Amino acid sequence: MDMPTPNPDILRRKAEVLRRLLQVLPEDAVIHDPAETRAYECDALTAYRCPPMLAVLPSSTQQVSDVLRICHEEGVPVVPRGSGTSLAGGALPTADCVILGIARMNEVLETDYDNRFIRVQTGRTNLSVTGAVEEEDFFYAPDPSSQLACAIAGNIAMNSGGAHCLKYGVTTNNLMGVKMVLMDGSVVEIGGAHLDAGGLDLLGVICGSEGQLGVVTEATLRILRKPEGARPVLMGFDDNEVAGQCVSDIIKSGILPVAIEFMDTLCIKACENFAHAGYPDCHALLIVEVEGSEAEIDDQLSKIIEIAKRHNPVELRESQSDEESAKIWLGRKSAFGAMGQMNDYMCLDGTIPVTSLPEVLRRIGELSEEYGLPVGNVFHAGDGNMHPLILFDANKPGDLEKCEAFGADILKLCVDVGGCLTGEHGVGIEKRDLMSHQYAPEDLEAQMAVKDVFDPNWLLNPAKVFPLDVSESRREVRVAAE
Amino acid sequence: MTMKPETEAELAEMVAGLTEPVWIAGGGTRGVDGPETTLGTSGLSGITLYEPGALTLVAKAGTPVSEIEAALEAEGQQLAFEPMDNRGLLGTSGTPTIGGVVAANISGPRRIQAGACRDFLLGVRYVDGTGQVIKNGGRVMKNVTGYDLVKLMAGSWGTLGILTEVSLKVLPKPEAMSTLAIQVADIETAVQAMSAALGSPYEVSGAAYNPQDSCTYLRVEGFSKSVAYRTDQLKSALSGFGEIIETQDPSNLWQALRDVGPFRGTDGDVWRVSVKPSDAPAIAARLQADQLLFDWGGGLIWVQVPSGTDLRARLGMFDGHATLVRADVQTTEALGRFQPEMAGVQALTKGIRQRFDPRGIFNPGLMG
Repeated sequence: MDMPTPNPDILRRKAEVLRRLLQVLPEDAVIHDPAETRAYECDALTAYRCPPMLAVLPSSTQQVSDVLRICHEEGVPVVPRGSGTSLAGGALPTADCVILGIARMNEVLETDYDNRFIRVQTGRTNLSVTGAVEEEDFFYAPDPSSQLACAIAGNIAMNSGGAHCLKYGVTTNNLMGVKMVLMDGSVVEIGGAHLDAGGLDLLGVICGSEGQLGVVTEATLRILRKPEGARPVLMGFDDNEVAGQCVSDIIKSGILPVAIEFMDTLCIKACENFAHAGYPDCHALLIVEVEGSEAEIDDQLSKIIEIAKRHNPVELRESQSDEESAKIWLGRKSAFGAMGQMNDYMCLDGTIPVTSLPEVLRRIGELSEEYGLPVGNVFHAGDGNMHPLILFDANKPGDLEKCEAFGADILKLCVDVGGCLTGEHGVGIEKRDLMSHQYAPEDLEAQMAVKDVFDPNWLLNPAKVFPLDVSESRREVRVAAE
Repeated sequence: MTMKPETEAELAEMVAGLTEPVWIAGGGTRGVDGPETTLGTSGLSGITLYEPGALTLVAKAGTPVSEIEAALEAEGQQLAFEPMDNRGLLGTSGTPTIGGVVAANISGPRRIQAGACRDFLLGVRYVDGTGQVIKNGGRVMKNVTGYDLVKLMAGSWGTLGILTEVSLKVLPKPEAMSTLAIQVADIETAVQAMSAALGSPYEVSGAAYNPQDSCTYLRVEGFSKSVAYRTDQLKSALSGFGEIIETQDPSNLWQALRDVGPFRGTDGDVWRVSVKPSDAPAIAARLQADQLLFDWGGGLIWVQVPSGTDLRARLGMFDGHATLVRADVQTTEALGRFQPEMAGVQALTKGIRQRFDPRGIFNPGLMG
């Protein structure tokens, strides 16, 4: 994975940039000692590391604005960072950049139950947004599996999803407004407590722009009243294709579960060994969860079980208590930890039309044999969001490269059956060079034109999302201008 | 003059060869028009893919909405964002197209629960102002691959490009529906009742208030048993707001609310104002309107005022936006159809428009 060569001119001017940043930030908000900047050398894509030139931790929108204005004037690239949980390298620094960490801005600014929104500073973690409203029985719906740690800023940048988005949608469907600082330091407010845009839907394109258009410092988020209850049913099948057909039949029946999770043999075994959740020994396992009152849950689950029975499940277990529900989810929720105990792994999130599920799983199995690397599949089946986990040994020379090549083949396969490279993790650096497989040059040009408007000098997180050779001329203009 | 391409390639070629601005029309039912030359998309028609098991439908932009609704109906599914039919309100004729719905981001009463048109839009193909065919998004429900130009195109009213194909998420049609009508004393009570309903766990999928009959309408949808249960729960939770009756024939009622039925055939201008719901009573009080209708729990106010009224002057500074939906050409030109943007935001939207349509030939002046 290549990153652009650091600009020697910027590195030479480190002291001057530092001096200017210290004029607008308290000393403890500016990190310049190489021993300390190392803390920011990577995000959750740990295979790639590079300490930044400097890191700053502003605590107000004004400070964010001052930092960006100075970096804009100095021609220094800025890489925004939420909690650093990106699996795609979205917060990976370059040696000549300033990391702008939003973690100190984590206040709740306004809670409004009548109008069902909360306004927060974006350094606040996803789970603590729900934490701020659950006393009143409300919650914030998007629930990425890193929700204990990940920041709303990063959720907005990556348009994060989660297990429950089949019913509640992803970040973009729950984001009502932002306060955002542009690279030149100007502050714009878009959207708010009312619905929909009065003009162009800028909010829609800001969400998911991977920190390349601006730094969002405040967000208005939709909150929802918690359902009265929720309960899962677990079903095992001896064939992936049959399980896939069952998912499709449930969806067609008119029931909209909050989650339909799928695990294959390797994952089932790994989870069972790790968490002892009592999973059956089978080829494919589904966890389907529904919400409502007790009677509503009974009604929906009986409909779902009736459909499942038509597909001859080897196991069918309806939760009868909170304890049993927790046990059903236990294995699924520890899937990544369980796989991690077996070996290093790379997690992808290509998304496919649900109807292509059997074909894609079969092809992944064939590729696994060709590459000689095992792969486990655990994913959000209702919306086709795959999560193949490729196991490899980081200490074995050549294994990472082999794993990346395997991953790229899987993602190309997802695109070829009518899906996309990434459903919820984002492109970052990880899938950057595959973008040309999904999009034609003119499609990428249209997207880059939006960045040209928000950040004409291409200083914000510049080496992400677009293949380096495609964005090169734009990034070079910046270097030449200095 | 009307240009009517039959294929995307033909459309792209026409756009590349344009020497003057054009007006883009789907079915021409949304009450906007401009330059003499019209570029109609009705020749680009047909459902290209429909997978009920994947909740996905792809159609060419000129496909009539009625054709899509019929195909969905046959599989027990629907467009959950409930797009309104503007013909009654605006006195227009023609056939509403899916491209028009998307271009105007048209969403009905269920928007508060299910989401807007833009939330159901999975992918687009369009021809930009230089004649280039661009695609963005796709046909899967979760997609964060690159920038989301899909949302940007929804509600851009043709000013960024001419849609040629849209891909949509569809949902099951609910088995049952019930509607409660609460007789309320005033708009404050109405908004409070709607807030209480929408803040309950009973998944209310419509919350409207019609001052003409002093009724707040609340809709519950889903499986029969569940609807019966939630309707009962709501009844007891809301009994303090006024007398509650269960409405007969609720589907006609919601269609009339969706299409702003009470304003049909009236005189005067019609505005559509989006606000924070709890602001609605205070804002409504300053409008001096001839007629009002509230949807989205109070967050959407339909306003009828005498022709030529500058409603934005009456609104003053407020959090939200006001769109002029029905007026004569002079009024529309004088007041502008869309809410003026703050300077910083305006610079961004201008920049985007300039890059997507550098010659300024698509619906010039419509959005500023």
